[in-house]
Amino acid sequence: MNLGLLTQLTQAFGPSGYEDKVRALIQEHVAPWADELRTDPLGNLIAYHRGNGKGQKIVLAAHMDEIGVMVSHVDKEGYLRFTRIGGVYPLHCIGSRVRFADGTHGVIYLEHREDTSPSPKLTQLYIDVGATNKDDVPVSVGAPAVFVRPLVQQGERLISKALDDRIGCYILIELLQQVQDSPHDLYFLFSTQEEVGLRGARTAAFSINPDMAIAVDVTITGDTPKALPMAVTLGDGPAIKVQDSGMIAHPKVRQLLVDAARKAKVPYQLEVLRGGTTDAAAMQLTRAGIPSGALSIPCRYIHSPSEMVDSEDVANAIKLLAAALA
Amino acid sequence: MQLSEAVGPSGQEESIRLQLEDLWRPFTTTMRADAMGNLIAMQQGSGPEPRPAVMAAAHLDEIGLIVTQIEEGFLHIAPIGGTDRRVLLGLEVLVHGREDIPGLIGTRPPHVLSAEERQKTVPWEKLFVDVGLPAEKVNQLVHVGDPISIRQPLLTLENGRVAGKAFDNRASVVALTLALEELAQREHAWDFYAVATVQEEVGLKGAITSAYGINPQLAVALDVTFGKQEDDSKIGVFELDKGPTIGLGPNFHPQLFQRIEATAKELEIPYHLDPTPGASGTDAWGIQVAREGIPTSLLSIPVRYMHQPVETLARRDVERTGRLLATFVAGLESSYRPGWEDEVDETAARSDQ
Amino acid sequence: MKHERLVDILQSLSNVMSTSGDESEMRRALRPLLAGQVDELRVDSLGNLITLKKGTGESQLRVLVTAHIDEVGMMVVDHTPDGALKVQAVGGIDDRLLPGLNVCVGKEQLPGVIGIKAIHHSSSRERLKAIPLKELSVDIGAENRKEAQRLAPVGTRVTFSTQAHPLGELIAGKAFDDRAGCTALVALLHEEPFPFDLYGVFTVQEEVGLRGARVAGYAVAPAVAFVLEGTIADDLPKKEDVGPTSQIGQGPVLTVMDRSYISAPWLLRYTVQLAEKLGIPYQFKQPGIGGTDAGAIHLTRGGVPSLTLAVPCRYIHGPISLLKPADLEATITLTSAALRHLTAEQLANN
Repeated sequence: MNLGLLTQLTQAFGPSGYEDKVRALIQEHVAPWADELRTDPLGNLIAYHRGNGKGQKIVLAAHMDEIGVMVSHVDKEGYLRFTRIGGVYPLHCIGSRVRFADGTHGVIYLEHREDTSPSPKLTQLYIDVGATNKDDVPVSVGAPAVFVRPLVQQGERLISKALDDRIGCYILIELLQQVQDSPHDLYFLFSTQEEVGLRGARTAAFSINPDMAIAVDVTITGDTPKALPMAVTLGDGPAIKVQDSGMIAHPKVRQLLVDAARKAKVPYQLEVLRGGTTDAAAMQLTRAGIPSGALSIPCRYIHSPSEMVDSEDVANAIKLLAAALA
Repeated sequence: MQLSEAVGPSGQEESIRLQLEDLWRPFTTTMRADAMGNLIAMQQGSGPEPRPAVMAAAHLDEIGLIVTQIEEGFLHIAPIGGTDRRVLLGLEVLVHGREDIPGLIGTRPPHVLSAEERQKTVPWEKLFVDVGLPAEKVNQLVHVGDPISIRQPLLTLENGRVAGKAFDNRASVVALTLALEELAQREHAWDFYAVATVQEEVGLKGAITSAYGINPQLAVALDVTFGKQEDDSKIGVFELDKGPTIGLGPNFHPQLFQRIEATAKELEIPYHLDPTPGASGTDAWGIQVAREGIPTSLLSIPVRYMHQPVETLARRDVERTGRLLATFVAGLESSYRPGWEDEVDETAARSDQ
Repeated sequence: MKHERLVDILQSLSNVMSTSGDESEMRRALRPLLAGQVDELRVDSLGNLITLKKGTGESQLRVLVTAHIDEVGMMVVDHTPDGALKVQAVGGIDDRLLPGLNVCVGKEQLPGVIGIKAIHHSSSRERLKAIPLKELSVDIGAENRKEAQRLAPVGTRVTFSTQAHPLGELIAGKAFDDRAGCTALVALLHEEPFPFDLYGVFTVQEEVGLRGARVAGYAVAPAVAFVLEGTIADDLPKKEDVGPTSQIGQGPVLTVMDRSYISAPWLLRYTVQLAEKLGIPYQFKQPGIGGTDAGAIHLTRGGVPSLTLAVPCRYIHGPISLLKPADLEATITLTSAALRHLTAEQLANN
């Protein structure tokens, strides 16, 4: 496990729509291994591996963007109100810190409220950047920010902000180096704006027009206290997607991944996810339809600032994908 | 209508597609399944080339269930599409594991529940499929992600009414089959594409991709709509056995609508108007915005008890829908393209000059 | 374009009845306004009016500018035995505004009214509740179901009947979302040719899901797109210190992020810098609210960097909205400048 790279990836600033810094970082790491590299109109980074002309045209997608917040109003006292970028839950926000592109830090807290509903509304939260009044605030309406939380390794577990989906980006970077002999035309798609509606992958898949598409993203687990029934456990291997709320995986892609797991002798799980989806759902509907599937890294506490994955699952995902593309 | 008994939850349409291929083969010039699994049958027209194409789409998939976890031989389940969990208790199902295994849907008996629990519907996490096999055997035969379909035989009621599962949308697949049959006997200038679409119940997916692939000049979607039944719904429900509904509203090209309505009148087929101010929730919604836009219309067959295993309809409505579609297609002149009423004044103004 | 002419066009377009899916009247109103100003004009299969204004040939860019010609309204879905019309909303209508309104029914523009139960007959509880649309009906004076069916068959559009007029320093009228944008686009098409081919598209069905823009974006396949809108100004006095979405009189409203898309950061930055250089006022729309045709266009084909510029309007989606002509003029000036300074190099570098 290259912890240095993963630290850089998870800590980079990259809320949906503002992925430049993540892109620059990934570009640096994939450039030596890619036959071509380009950035498209929506900011997707596409690293191309040329096959031997006998293989298929396959997209592997991991999204660069992370959830975050955006300033929607600055009040007279210098407190900031904000809107969500992607699936941000108010309960996760209270006491969290956020960081703006210019380095400004803020604390999210909850205004005093009379209603007793268990979860506050986003409009009841504010960001405190330590300003004394409106004119003292260093950021303005429209400024995006991301949550702050370092990467920690504890045993096999990795904990950080933005593992959704920098862990996917990490896997694709490592994978690119291992598939240099693949007969297939491979498009490593580092996509933008997944968290706000699978936007980057949709247009990139249109441009590439592949024979098959596989997203590499995180999925929730059923192994936490009182979790709803879900047969995915942290550390039991990467999860091969059967269905989620946005897509039914193409049986051919699912089978390809299952066969690869057997070939690579890595454990795997089958995933049925009730809430949530991946870039594959958008790629599937491209043009006349693209057979699509996904390989998921089991992840606890998704969309909180402390997402947790297992490093063995990550290593096995790389082996599995390398076997699938050999 | 035997097609209703065939198995085809969204994403698992292969076996019913194969049945349908056999049924359609005698009436088609070419036939193929695309990358998503849509069945696309083409019946060549007699008009001069380049021949315009009209696509008629009926979705092949049905709602269903999927295994989410296996616990002590019992299967936890989740819906595929808009399955109504209020109607699941006590149903017989078929689990499509390594082999097809019959089962039923159980939950804890009322005797052991609190009064409060008895008044509520059972949440998904408390519904189980019981296949009556020991846990080790279940683990061998069933995996997470295996689909489950409802077992329900077709039932004939009084007055030409039939009841069963998956009339949404097998009723339209039957109507489409009838149209194919009829058009095989009739002259038609346009190429006719009959498309059995997949994954409608999970987001109109097959319609979106097949419309892009075929890129037709016109499209008609076939689906079911709400039949009038014994409850207090008044608007958007339609009496059975009074013909199909024809959609009107933003999802439908106004002149195409008029032409289909005129065809119904000419055939003396009764019909209802179905005013739809926004999303129609049918394949028509996906097809209309494919590529540069496709003039689209919608015919729907009224069905009672939608998304329940006892969907009920009048046979004659299915036949009428097939006949209306066939006559509409046969009547298309090679040069026909629906336009806009303001273009008419434009042309008139030009000819005045 | 002269101030008076602009206001005149805005008012005349505002008066046109054109609900989503039923936009013929707007196309009919636009054709004479565009005559001689564009090189090509066609209507596509959804009803988008697609025009091409050929460029001077200096630049090979292909640029799309859109404004939507549909408005929110209602559609007749049923008739009561007493001859009243039951309606459903086309697009997002605020039910609270409807009681007591005059409306305009169908092509023949039959007048109708929406009345509710007399206050004398309403319980104190009923008086506190907003009445949902499904409990309201439109009275056109028909005496029975048959007459109502004949005069306003199922599918007939129902719109607000407001006629536009000046109000103080502002203009009042219906459907400024998006007749404000349509007026701006007409004005742009009246300007001297741009360095590149400009596709001016008057889109349909924005209010029911950005439908027209999606297919028009696909057909035109532009390198960059601007969307002209009339947007929410929530600038009434409020007890709480919350954002106004946008404010009347503060100039064009630029979108950073709404529910449908995120503006290409470089395009936004470029437009802001131009506004500052040229001394044109501008404001940012409060992020996270609403959606525009840019949401559909930016996802067409391989992706299109897009930006929405809007005229701030109070009370949109209601029977009568307000805007300030200076905001409309500044929106046109800023969009025109942004178009004229746009180069292929900028696109390539971002």
